[in-house]
Amino acid sequence: MPRVVAGLQYSDEHEWVAREDGGVVTVGISAIATDALGDIVYVELPEVGATVAAGDTCGEVESTKSVSDLYSPVSGEIVEVNPAAVEDPAAINADPYGTWLFKLKDTEDGPLLSAEEYAAKHGGEL
Amino acid sequence: MPAKYTALRSEHERLGASFTDFGGWQMPLKYRSELAEHHAVRRSAGLFDLSHMGELWVTGPDAAAFLDHALVGKLSAMAVGKAKYSLICAADGGVIDDLIAYRRSADRFLVVPNAGNAETVAAAFTERAQSFQVTIDDASARTSLIAVQGPRAEQILLRLIPADQQDRLTTLKYYAAVEVTVTGLDLLVARTGYTGEDGFEIFVGNDVAVQVWRAIEAAAAEGELTPAGLAARDSLRLEAGMPLYGNELSREGDPFAAGLGGVVAFSKEDFVGRAALEARKDAGPARRLVGLTGAGRRAPRSHYPVLKDGVVVGEVTSGQPSPTLGVPVALAYVDAQYAEPGTALQVDLRGTPEPFEVTTLPFYRRQK
Repeated sequence: MPRVVAGLQYSDEHEWVAREDGGVVTVGISAIATDALGDIVYVELPEVGATVAAGDTCGEVESTKSVSDLYSPVSGEIVEVNPAAVEDPAAINADPYGTWLFKLKDTEDGPLLSAEEYAAKHGGEL
Repeated sequence: MPAKYTALRSEHERLGASFTDFGGWQMPLKYRSELAEHHAVRRSAGLFDLSHMGELWVTGPDAAAFLDHALVGKLSAMAVGKAKYSLICAADGGVIDDLIAYRRSADRFLVVPNAGNAETVAAAFTERAQSFQVTIDDASARTSLIAVQGPRAEQILLRLIPADQQDRLTTLKYYAAVEVTVTGLDLLVARTGYTGEDGFEIFVGNDVAVQVWRAIEAAAAEGELTPAGLAARDSLRLEAGMPLYGNELSREGDPFAAGLGGVVAFSKEDFVGRAALEARKDAGPARRLVGLTGAGRRAPRSHYPVLKDGVVVGEVTSGQPSPTLGVPVALAYVDAQYAEPGTALQVDLRGTPEPFEVTTLPFYRRQK
């Protein structure tokens, strides 16, 4: 069973959400997502400065086997993207919770699940 | 339908496989990383469980004449010991399956259809055999199939074969098979595969499948042989430009559109589908199967539209980022006028047209 990290929030589209001080929200994809995708070879991230609404498509993650849209789990402005994830997408497979994808500020939550709810609903291991 | 597992299930579980449904079978999709498995086959060797494939023994004085009637190829012209890629077509010329036939003696052949089509092919054989002196034995349920593919495959297998039989393997030609004693068992070993590499497919009874699998694993040095799943098998066959039934081949398609006209032997007696195939050949296919290569990062996927100047002129059947070449590649059916290598086309990648070029198949060819 793929690992679900306690203390983060999750969307049904398998993004994890971490809150930093100063109202910035960091987003990545869960191990359930990387497990389903397989080896990630390409990731397309949103533009810094873009405003996204919760549930919007804001990028994509492509593996040898398949491709999946990246959704923003919250509404807000994109303030930073992780060039390391674009440069070396395999890092997302190796460490999905340590390889963040983008950060937003002035956010408003979309529907989010607690780690416990997410693990139970989508078959992960806390 | 309960999921079917092969006799090697315990090995896959031991090796940490994730399973996927394929043709009604639960098969290893990958063990740890499908990319690592792909590269292992290209650079060293991979070990595959192909036990979901069918095995049909065709035996009797009319075996060759029957296969000439049931398949599109001229199997009667094949020498004993050789193998031939062929198709079984319906009366309307649609492709029921692509398969490999191995001639084991003058009146005995082994035919290997795809997993999802094994029962259909067995039923069609039984039906088509009625006026022939031949028996059809569907051995699929009692037979396992293990493949060792990659540049190191021969060296690994040689370690399991007695000294006085080594030359049987080293002199075995591509698309031929031979009986060899492997790890003390007399087995049929074929130099065939679906990866574009040198390699072998080994037919074993279910009861010894685990024994043979483990012996091959043990014969390899550390890092020399990597268990590989269906994800790697798919990316390897795509790079090698080989069709996958259900993607590039189907009941709706025909051999000429798929570039397999050379597999159809009109030089023989009547066979199932002949009249329809002659008509299709004369008409020429409206669309042809081509290779497409891109320069970007995003890859075409099955069913994506192929465009010329914004107009849909075809459809992708298989596509992936090529692990070996580092660019996206795809197989697609395009209007015959755009099938020439070098033609500039676009693929609609989820709303964005991206440039692709028609390229000669295969995408990848191994250094002999």
